This record gives sequence, C-alpha cells and structure tokens, in this order.
Amino acid sequence: MTGEVTLGPVLFNWPVDMWRDFYFQIADEAEIERVYIGEVVCSKRTPLFEKHIDEVITRLERGGKRPVFSTLAEVSNALDRLQVKRMTAKGEAAIEANDVSALWHLEERPHDIGPYMNVYNEESLRFFASKGAQNICLPPEMPASGIAALGQVAKDVDVALEVQVYGRIPLALSARCYHARAHGLTKDSCKFICDRDDDGMVLHTLEEEPFLVVNGIQTMSYRCLNLVNELEELSGFGVNRFRVSPHAAGTLSVLETFQAVLDQKTSLDEANSRLEECGLKVPFSNGFYHQKPGIEWRV
Amino acid sequence: MTQEAMQKPELVCPAGTPAGLRTAVDAGADAVYCGFQGPTNARNFPGLNFTVAEMEGAVAYAQERDAKVLTAINSFPTAGRTQIWKDAIDEAVRIGVDAIIIADLGMADYLHRTHPEQRIHLSVQAGASSAEAINYYCREFDVKRVVLPRILTVSEIKKIHDQIPCEIETFVFGNIGMMAEGRCSLTNYVTGLSTNMDGVCSPASDVHYEEDENQNLQSKLGDFVIDCVAKGENAGYPTICKGRYNSDSKKSYYAFEEPISLNLTGLLPELMRAGVTALKIEGRQRSRAYVKAVVSAYRQAVDAYMDGRDPDMDNLLALTEGHKQTQGAFETKKWR
Repeated sequence: MTGEVTLGPVLFNWPVDMWRDFYFQIADEAEIERVYIGEVVCSKRTPLFEKHIDEVITRLERGGKRPVFSTLAEVSNALDRLQVKRMTAKGEAAIEANDVSALWHLEERPHDIGPYMNVYNEESLRFFASKGAQNICLPPEMPASGIAALGQVAKDVDVALEVQVYGRIPLALSARCYHARAHGLTKDSCKFICDRDDDGMVLHTLEEEPFLVVNGIQTMSYRCLNLVNELEELSGFGVNRFRVSPHAAGTLSVLETFQAVLDQKTSLDEANSRLEECGLKVPFSNGFYHQKPGIEWRV
Repeated sequence: MTQEAMQKPELVCPAGTPAGLRTAVDAGADAVYCGFQGPTNARNFPGLNFTVAEMEGAVAYAQERDAKVLTAINSFPTAGRTQIWKDAIDEAVRIGVDAIIIADLGMADYLHRTHPEQRIHLSVQAGASSAEAINYYCREFDVKRVVLPRILTVSEIKKIHDQIPCEIETFVFGNIGMMAEGRCSLTNYVTGLSTNMDGVCSPASDVHYEEDENQNLQSKLGDFVIDCVAKGENAGYPTICKGRYNSDSKKSYYAFEEPISLNLTGLLPELMRAGVTALKIEGRQRSRAYVKAVVSAYRQAVDAYMDGRDPDMDNLLALTEGHKQTQGAFETKKWR
C-alpha cells in the first residue's frame, strides 16, 4: 500500500513538560516524516509552550522529521490574529492553514490546507491548488464517495490528499470556552482549566452514557476514530497521507501500527487488537466514512 | 471625538415559503432571504424553501415593492454532486435575485468566474470572523457584503468595519447557534445527516420525545438523550448545543448554552453607529405569524431610532425560545 503516516498537532492543553517530552520522543523514536505542530484550538495556550518550540523543532529535524506549523482554526480576536500573522510570516517554515485569514497572510506562497478549511468538493480543491496548496487534509466528516471523487482531481492538479485515520474527531468550534463554563469561569478568566484533561473533558448524557468531549472552545467525539480497516481503500482512492491525532498515551504505538498495516507487515485483526490495547481505551467509530452517523462503528 | 452618525440599516428578514416572503415584505422588510428546495442551503427542512418558479414569483413580488431578494446557496457541496449547487446558482442569476449568499469557497469561485456581474454576499456559514479572512473573500471573489458570525462584540464589529471594503450584515434576533457556523458536525455525528453538506441541523425526523417512569419528558436526537424536563416544564427543541449533560464537575447542566434566543433590540443604536449595513432576523423555519410580529417590531424600532425616539420592544420577549433572551457575544466578552 502506498502512502505515509503523519502526526497531527497536539490538540489538548498538556502540561508544558509533557508537551515537550512528547515531541522529543516522536523526534527520537517515531518512524514518520511529517509532524504537525502548533496551537490549533486556543490562542491563549500558545505562550505556555512557546519557550520550547525552538528546541522541539531542532530535535524533530535532527530526528529526520519535517515539522509543519498548523495555524489556529478559529481566528477573531487580536491575539488570534497576531499569532496567525506571526506564524505565517516565518518565511522558510512549512505552514498548514486552518482558517482563511492564514491564506491572506500567505499570499500564495506554497502551503498546506488543514482539516478545518472545509474542502468538500472539486472546485474548492482546484481553487486551493491554484493558490499554492500542496497538501490538503479533508474534513473528518467526508464520506468515502467524496474522498474517492477528490482523489482523482488531486492527482490531476498535483496536490497530496490527507485524511485523519485515528483519534478523537474534532466536531465543532465555538467562541465560548466550554471548559471554562463547566468550572464557572469564562474564556478570559479561564485559569487554563483545560489543562486538567489530557484527552479532553467527557460529557455524559443524562443517562450517563459517555457522549462528547470538551477541549476548550472545541467539541470532539468521545469515541476514537479508527480507519485502519479502510486504509487500503483510501490508498486506492489516491489518499497519500494518513493522520494520527495524538493522545496522552500510546501515540507512538498507534503510529507504528498504522505504518505496519501500510507496509503489510500485520493483519487487520492484529492491528485492531493493538489499537484497542494502546492509546485511548474507548470504543472506535468510523461512521462518517461510511456515510452513517459518525459515532457508529462498522466492520 | 464626535460620535459616529447613525446610518439607516437594511432590515433583512427570513422567508421559508412564498407566503412567508409576502408576509415579510408586507411587514416592512427591506430585503428577504430564502433558498431553493433541497440541500443547497442551510435550512433544508421538509416543507420549506422555494421551487425555481416560486423564486421567480418571489423576486417579482418583492422587487415590485422595492424589497430585495437574497438567495442563500450556502451549504457545502460534496464532491460528486456539485452540479446541483451550480444549477441553483445559474437559476438564481437567471431569475435576477439581488444577491446570492454563498459559503463554500469552490462555489464562490464558480459564481464569480461564471457570473462576474452577480452580487455576492458571504454567508455566516463561511465563518469569516476576522478582517483578514473577509478581505481575502473580497479580493478573490469581489464579495460585497459579509454576514458576520455571532461571536463578535459590537466594538469588535466596529473595528472590522474600519478594515474591510465590503458591507456588514449581523444577526439581531432569533435562534443563536452556539457553534461557529460552517464548523459544526455534531448533527452528522449523531444522525448521519450533515449541517454543512446537507443543510440540516437537528432534523425533526431524528427527534423523539419519550416520557420516563417519573413522567419527565426526555428529548432525544437519534439514540441520545439531549435533555429531560419535568412534566409541564417548557422543553426547547432538542439540538445538541442546547442540551443538558453531566461532566465530572457538574451534573445536568447546559454544557454549551440553554435554550435561549438572541435579541439585540437594546444594542440596535450601537450597531447602527458601528457601520452595520444590514440587520438580519433569523427564522426561515418559523410561522408567518412569528415573522410578521418580529419584522413589524424591528421595522418600527429602526424607524424610531432614526427619528431619535426609543421604540417599545417589550412584546418581542414572548417570541423568544423558552421566553429567554440574550445579547450573546455582542455586548461583552464575558459571554465567552
């Protein structure tokens, strides 16, 4: 199977040492090339880990990785706008744009398009390609039929396609911080309370069924996306890159497992067993791909 | 510093049906917005929206009365079925609607290339929440007006106004979605129908009400309990972002927002001074009686403020969801 496994940006507010050590471990041990890095969810978090960015980038590059800076997904206030401007101003750094404001600053320099950019169809893909996009990560709710149709166009315009294959699914963004709200605070007075939940704060239904996960202004799935069974079909559609979204535990094993499936060194049964044992100990889902409710798991 | 002059804004009103459109125009709307039947707009509900012939009739009715028709083609076509959206765009242009409200970047590109003379408004579903994002759409597609996401304070709107070349439209009344527009897959996660791709949010076909053993009324979306209210209590329409949940720190609380409506009556003069060109009333799915009442009230309010009088808007509270209202993000950053 052709294609490469990539590591998406850390979406949670991890303690800064944990954040740094995670990337050090990836730099030293992971057998991947593309590593997305940078704060996508909340601009208030960036200063927490900024002092370690340079050493992490250096370590990643020494480990043979290619760091790509992911920009904020929701950009409205002065701090958001400043961060996008600063990140996109770095002339030599690779950028993944998650909001149209980043495109304004990039001025058609080569860049990647992130999963928050709503590339659902051929016209959007062609437009972005004509403006310098080299890699496009599709929205996680895209069904197989849409991915297949885009695979052909991507080939025609020489753009790489990427799809998230593992991790909690980003489902919504808001101006309001729901982590702060749960603790009687507001976004401005949040005391960085989201640092209590390394994989997000679980919301249960009133019947105590785990349902969603809150990550600051972001709402995510409780269940864990797993497209390992669909990997071969995705590759056949022309998807070039398979994104693993990092979690607090087991991410290295998840990366190895997907790579082993790509290299056909393991069976799907073995791969699924390993994925159940490492990482998030929650049920899998793959419904979006099969054009069913995203929460469902179909084998 | 002198105070900015108050500009008379356009009152933009919802029309779910041809009859609703006539009601809105007769009640004093300067413009109405509506969509074609099917998935091409973000209010794809059964029984709602216009056939091509109805859209033609709507344009004739409105334009004879000096009102504009703004056609929303503001969902995101999935690859393989863009022709439906392109056909909708071509029909709207042929009919002569005053503007097309668009969200998808690919469709904006198609519209701008194919019909360069057509006036384009950027839908709230595009989620353009900064001057840079708006400027990008203006530069690439010659967008003439942006509908701002409901996440900005009035002072932030004023700042954006000073940094962009196009007009601003903001919501002033009606449902307040808690998630950034065009960035929400919650409905699809539970029902298999997508807000972005199918124009559907919390579809009625997936909503169920069940009574539990204590005669409390449970609202469910798909298989999931979204809220539970005591017998006789007012139950809001179950959307995931207005539901009650349990977290480790709080039990049975509105994790996102309670059932509540946006009502910016009190902020109208400030919005008018901030340079807002158009005030938008949400509710294409609402009844004609509702549209008539809200449009009439806002017509009077805008006219009164322009004459230097304070309007009486107390009657609007009865039309809000659960009889609760908020100024949302518009008044203060504390809402966030």
